[in-house]
Amino acid sequence: MKKMIALALACALSATLLAGCAMDDPQSSGASESTSGVGSGKREVNICSWGEYIDTSLIAQFEEETGIKVNYQTTDSNETLYNLLETTGWSGFDVVVPSDYMISQLIEEGRLAELNYDNIPNFAKIDDRFKNLSYDPENKYTVPYTWGTLGIIYNTQRVTEPVTWDLMFDPDHAGDVLMIRNSRDAFGIALMSLGYSVNTTNEEEIRQAYERVAQANKDGVYQAFVMDEVFQLMESGSAAASTYYAGDYLSMLEANPDLAYAVPESGSNWFVDAMCVLKDAKNKDEAEEWINFLCSTEASLANMDYIWYASPNKEALEKYPEYYEETYGEPLDEELYEIMAAPQGVLDRCEAYLVLPAETRTLYNDLWTQLGVAG
Amino acid sequence: MRNKLSWFAVPYVVWMALFTVAPVVMVVIYAFTTSTGGFTLDNFARMGDFAVVFARSFQMALIATLICLLIGYPLSYFMAKEGPSFQKVATVLIMLPMWMNFLLRTYAWVSILENNGLLNRLFAAIGIIDLGNLINGGLNSLCAWLNSGVLDWLNGMLGTEFVLNTARATDMTYFRMLYTQGAVVLGMVYNYLPFMVLPIYSVIVKLDNSLLEAARDLGASSSRVFRKVIFPLSLPGVLSGVTMVFVPSVSTFAISKMLGGGTKLLLGDLIELQFLGGAYNPYLGSAISLVMMVIVVVCMYVMNRFGEGEEQAVML
Repeated sequence: MKKMIALALACALSATLLAGCAMDDPQSSGASESTSGVGSGKREVNICSWGEYIDTSLIAQFEEETGIKVNYQTTDSNETLYNLLETTGWSGFDVVVPSDYMISQLIEEGRLAELNYDNIPNFAKIDDRFKNLSYDPENKYTVPYTWGTLGIIYNTQRVTEPVTWDLMFDPDHAGDVLMIRNSRDAFGIALMSLGYSVNTTNEEEIRQAYERVAQANKDGVYQAFVMDEVFQLMESGSAAASTYYAGDYLSMLEANPDLAYAVPESGSNWFVDAMCVLKDAKNKDEAEEWINFLCSTEASLANMDYIWYASPNKEALEKYPEYYEETYGEPLDEELYEIMAAPQGVLDRCEAYLVLPAETRTLYNDLWTQLGVAG
Repeated sequence: MRNKLSWFAVPYVVWMALFTVAPVVMVVIYAFTTSTGGFTLDNFARMGDFAVVFARSFQMALIATLICLLIGYPLSYFMAKEGPSFQKVATVLIMLPMWMNFLLRTYAWVSILENNGLLNRLFAAIGIIDLGNLINGGLNSLCAWLNSGVLDWLNGMLGTEFVLNTARATDMTYFRMLYTQGAVVLGMVYNYLPFMVLPIYSVIVKLDNSLLEAARDLGASSSRVFRKVIFPLSLPGVLSGVTMVFVPSVSTFAISKMLGGGTKLLLGDLIELQFLGGAYNPYLGSAISLVMMVIVVVCMYVMNRFGEGEEQAVML
């Protein structure tokens, strides 16, 4: 599924590139705003998010309520998203939903528009815990969408507990482990297994982390590097362990009850994905309307139920167990709820990703290429 | 005087200029450019780091092409010899998979090949996996016996230290098929086989029968007719088949990512990584693409020259 989207995107990209060249002139002559004007009757909003990251009926509901056409696309990682934005000239999308560290980078580079929070009254419903976080200290650019932890998903039939990060490098499980296919998480896991900070800029520590992943890859520990392919492989039992996000674990659990999730005692990463509007967005009003819509308690509840990622909407978060019981006629397992919405005790041992300086990002990218080249 | 009908070619020429020539020119320009817009050869200087990937990709594409040829040639040959109604049905059957999206077809292989997939469950059900364990166990004891007997003696004589592997798995519950290089080659063969069969078939089916009759009249055995007449005359089909399989195989990224698991990058993956992966470096990506294109063009040129020679020899 991911791949299809990737290829479709690649095609879309080449088309946009050409279109971009041809259409630069009329836009720079100042006529661009009229195309998205309210009176034209063709309101639309272009969104780029992650795969399996929204209750799709919400899109239809939004279109029906507002008459705004939603063009919804997905990518599979923050790095891919960044490059997609780069190739579409930073104006192909209105709303994006990057993670914390990528948001910092986008703010730093001046890519994001300051939001008009008057147009997003539902922002008031967001729990104060998720406002003014380090990636957007004055909360001028973002509205949090989901949050959660990174952890180990494992098959209890084949992996002995307790699990630590070493599982991700264990030759005893050769061919049975899935490593995540993005440099930040993959090297982050190795850094955590070595007891270093995920935000280290020390080249020596990052190289050690690379060696750890490269050695495991050489030893055949990894069945594959995956993003959303992880769903199928873990659900069918074709792999015994992987690192992925808490919400996605809960989706997999519905298909395979042998799966378990753990945030290692030594700590992990916790993340916030937030909605932002690009500075060069063509449909800023529509973008804010969309953001406001998704912040509502109803939409947040529907989303939580569909994608199993915790919402930062305080009311929705508190109401969810009740909502679940009403919808399914059985109480929500406390343990599952705590995996979705990690209690403060778990968050305390987790570290959020911070934006890395440019030279460290280059190092990450070079090492990531080297990893696949070496094989 | 120019043919007036040549105006009808204009749409295609425009199309080609926009979508073939322009992108190639862009790739060439990017390959020699730095991120600040200056001229550079640095992108090519880094190519040595990727030699492994070039070798890996060309090797796998070559294997896939050979397999396609070995399967495709006999198939096209016998198809061309059958009656017209059989040919029609066979052509449709060969084309049939191509009516469905190539990514979906390839994705289907994931659920067929995965460790708990359809094929492994079938193998387990009919005892093939147990048989594999049994054979491995047998091989292990055989090797252990050889190690302690013949090899011991041989090593003693030659002063060497040959030891046979006795650690083959005997507790397999599945065969590892998905995310191996074999799976990638399978994906290439599966997707590109029609591109080998159809050109060869269309050449063989149009062979002038009188040439074959003449060869037989002159006393050639059927194997000699095939070697000296049919095969050389079908070479143009083989060459275009080989090109149409090899070129997409060497640059594929969808197949290798879906079936190869990304633990060993192929050229297509490496190029994709420069554009959509962590490192946004279209300059390096273009340079790698350019080197790949040049190597492919050189290969094709050499092969076509070789092909021409053969054809002329036959004509004489």
